Amino acid sequence: MNTAVTQMRETKEFDLARSKLRELNQFLHGDLGTVKQVRVLNPDGAHSIAVGVDAPVSIQIDGHAGYYAGGMNKLATITIEGNAGPGVAENMMSGRVHVKGFASVSAGASTHGGLLVIGGDAGLRCGISLKGGDIVVGGDVGAFSAFMAQAGRLVVCGDAAENLGDSLYEAVIYVRGHVKSLGADAQFEPMTDADYASVAELLAQAGMTHDPKTFKRIASARQLYHWNADANQEY
Amino acid sequence: MQTKPPPGAPSLEESWGYDRKTIDYIQRAAATGLYEIRGLGAKRRVPHFDDLLFLGASLSRYPLEGYREKCSSKTVLGTRFAKKPVELEMPITIAGMSFGALSANVKEALGRAATAVGSSTTTGDGGMTEEERRSSKTLVYQCLPSRYGFNPDDLRRADAVEVVIGQGAKPGGGGMLLGQKINPRVAQMRVLPEGVDQRSAARHPDWTGPDDLTIKILELREITDWRIPVYVKVGATRTYNDVKLAVHSGADVVVVDGMQGGTAATQTTFIENVGIPTLAALRQAVEALEDLNMVGKVQLIISGGIRSGADIAKALAMGADAVSIGQGMLMALGCNSDTYVQGGTHHSAIADYAKLGTAPGFCHHCHTGQCPVGVTTQDAVLEQRLQPEVGATRVRNYLKTMNMELTTIARACGKQNVHHLEREDLVALTVEAAAMAGVPLAGTQWVPGRDLTRT
Repeated sequence: MNTAVTQMRETKEFDLARSKLRELNQFLHGDLGTVKQVRVLNPDGAHSIAVGVDAPVSIQIDGHAGYYAGGMNKLATITIEGNAGPGVAENMMSGRVHVKGFASVSAGASTHGGLLVIGGDAGLRCGISLKGGDIVVGGDVGAFSAFMAQAGRLVVCGDAAENLGDSLYEAVIYVRGHVKSLGADAQFEPMTDADYASVAELLAQAGMTHDPKTFKRIASARQLYHWNADANQEY
Repeated sequence: MQTKPPPGAPSLEESWGYDRKTIDYIQRAAATGLYEIRGLGAKRRVPHFDDLLFLGASLSRYPLEGYREKCSSKTVLGTRFAKKPVELEMPITIAGMSFGALSANVKEALGRAATAVGSSTTTGDGGMTEEERRSSKTLVYQCLPSRYGFNPDDLRRADAVEVVIGQGAKPGGGGMLLGQKINPRVAQMRVLPEGVDQRSAARHPDWTGPDDLTIKILELREITDWRIPVYVKVGATRTYNDVKLAVHSGADVVVVDGMQGGTAATQTTFIENVGIPTLAALRQAVEALEDLNMVGKVQLIISGGIRSGADIAKALAMGADAVSIGQGMLMALGCNSDTYVQGGTHHSAIADYAKLGTAPGFCHHCHTGQCPVGVTTQDAVLEQRLQPEVGATRVRNYLKTMNMELTTIARACGKQNVHHLEREDLVALTVEAAAMAGVPLAGTQWVPGRDLTRT
């Protein structure tokens, strides 16, 4: 048995300073038996940590993760104690990924389901091509967040940079702070009781405490749904 | 057709720059304020495989006996890193075409045919359908910028994954599927409102540039436990550099799609004016692999206007490991035929072509969803015009015919294996084709652009 891998009852540890990422992911893709919790030590920004997991296991990453941490997750609950690189939880189907620190670009890209929580700020294109599922960001989001987002919800507790919600389909964005600018076909809409309930529910799931009444709603004006030659490609 | 002027009348002279086609384009633009969107590929004449010929065996080369001596066409793709490379009976694959652009019946027909003869099929911009997974022994799963329908379960049950950077018909363009084809099933698979004009992204959402692609490919390998090959598909533009970058990014297989490649719906100006011919792209791709010493390690698939066994033989001789065919498959199914088969009998489709303002042999109206022969449609009535059994037989016959043509040519060139065909077996009919393909003009030693003293 690899000395870098320690198993104690229902918890298993992988020390990436001593064992390979391949071993970790291979283990996570196999029969987990009685293991309910996996701890990843010394991640040191490794890419593709805990990708493609399809089991209700809890995974704790003790440090910073590189690209695509928790990518295409199904069912697992993944916690990143540090920051996350580009594409964290990309194409997630279900489960939960929680970044305690900041997340780089394309956080939650093309995610279909589940919940992505980012404690700090998120970079450019957070929630790009979102296809369902929810993202809650404790801090700010970068430019072009929710670009072409098709379904699901993005909650931003801080500010949003330029072109928020550009070319939105049916996804909905809630922002508490300042929106520098909206992208093509995105518009502010009045908050309804259902929106306040959504925000309250998502904040509770993310463990954040803000007054839902302080959030604004952004959704698609649906002017791009059908090709309009008279718009002269200016939207 | 030009009519003869009456005696004594001045002769009619059509302008080269402003011919009737150009005048029609200008007047259509003036009337509508719209650019034309259409399906299929470039219609303009470009140097192509037609401009190459095989030298065949002679006094210095022994031919193989046709029918009696064996000529293998087995093809293995993805030998670089994948635990389970793709193994085919022929170097012919069916190109990625989406469910949405094509009907579910068509996807099933393609899968059945490919399975029967040892070829492979490919999904498209819209995800994997049960019909095509069930019917395809070997199915390549595309990872496209839109990520419509992309999910880890389908990735895990794929036999290869193809990261699509671009497409020969529209390098630099994203997908397009007009509202009439976004029916409830297509909308549900793509998570789109029904009936929207879908214009998908041109760039991937979670990576930018070749360094990122390296990391993305590693993620796909980790998710699939390094089991299946990773293909990278590029539209033919800066092909030499693109192939080098794809190899550096860790691709097992590089797919290069020339400008004659087809599309379900793209602007005509894009189809006809962006990208380079398949012939030129193939030579550049082979040079890139040679310069990296990766021939035989990374496999090369070429596509874009490949129609026959002769085209395939020429592509292999130039250095491709396999080809990919889209439009040819559609035509085998009945695209542009004047009839369709329903209830065991042929029915005329000419009136339906006329309704679209076209005729058999000229139709490129895939984008309308009103395909008169039931191939590129989501219409519940029209799609019944192509039944999976009929389609599968036709595509199987087409694949089989091309493979027999390929081995016929290979035998004539003295090869026991179609992959032994080589550039030395080829000559070009035109200076342009000689320059693009890097083979001598027939009857000469001359390869334009190559220093004769160095050969």
